[in-house]
Amino acid sequence: MYAALWHLLPGPWWVRLLILLVVLAAVLYVLFFHVFPWVSPLIAPGEVELE
Amino acid sequence: MLSVIGELLLTAGVLVLLFVAWQLWIGDLIISAQHNEKGAELSRAWAAAPIPDPPPAAGTAAAGTVVYDPPVPPHPADGEVFANMLIPRCGAAYNVHIAGGTSRARTLDRIGIGLYAQSRMPGEVGNLSLAGHRTTWGKPFNRIAELRLNDAIVVETPVGWYTYRFRTLEYVEPTAIDVLADVPRMPEQQTGERYITLTACSPMYSLAERIIAYGVFESFQPRAEGPPASLAAVDDATGPSDATGPSGGVSSAASFEGAL
Repeated sequence: MYAALWHLLPGPWWVRLLILLVVLAAVLYVLFFHVFPWVSPLIAPGEVELE
Repeated sequence: MLSVIGELLLTAGVLVLLFVAWQLWIGDLIISAQHNEKGAELSRAWAAAPIPDPPPAAGTAAAGTVVYDPPVPPHPADGEVFANMLIPRCGAAYNVHIAGGTSRARTLDRIGIGLYAQSRMPGEVGNLSLAGHRTTWGKPFNRIAELRLNDAIVVETPVGWYTYRFRTLEYVEPTAIDVLADVPRMPEQQTGERYITLTACSPMYSLAERIIAYGVFESFQPRAEGPPASLAAVDDATGPSDATGPSGGVSSAASFEGAL
């Protein structure tokens, strides 16, 4: 799958690498700033204050 | 086909590892930086706003400085930011919002430090009780166990700075709500004193117990007089307890006997 995606990318190998890094950075940004903060309370619920 | 499934499984594994790294490390770096940035932004906005009139002076301290009756702000709505927390022991950049309520979804995860519903307000006689994360979500109370005797715990509002001084730690069951009483642990008592109580999880990464930090009110500094001396940076090696505390640090048996 990833090999096929790699071949879909245009340009010489270093352009593909650049595209890959940019996409990777974008994916990490979305994960760290949006997806994980949303997922975390679903995975580890429980109030932390005194009850 | 099999290789696609394999690659998807590998991707899922990487995602899980990334999530763990975010929850325990990267997320705290991001969120605590965001907390401090928002806190500093609000502090700057308050500093730039027209300076409110200081409250009437209540008297003069021995050193010649004016003592003020601390004004009492109104109780905030759930999720409403009304103050910033400044603790020099937690670093010079430490500046975290305090908002009403202690729900994770609205206050503790999103904003920072939460004010218990039954809490008194800064400057009010009784107990100013606050909750915060000790791990994860920017962990505003991460260094609560590192506080030392007489460390400043400063609450900043538009009208000025309320300085409390750290006294002691306690470890309790999650049901020990009497730590939030007007006189902590003595719900039937009234002393006329102003206290601060910080609560967080203990042990780290666990919900089994709570760690409680108690402090007592020292002074209110109106905005017109600028930031209080209690905000001065502390030295991790010595700390204010050795330098400025009223009773001095108890560092050895000899100094303990001397204090008696």
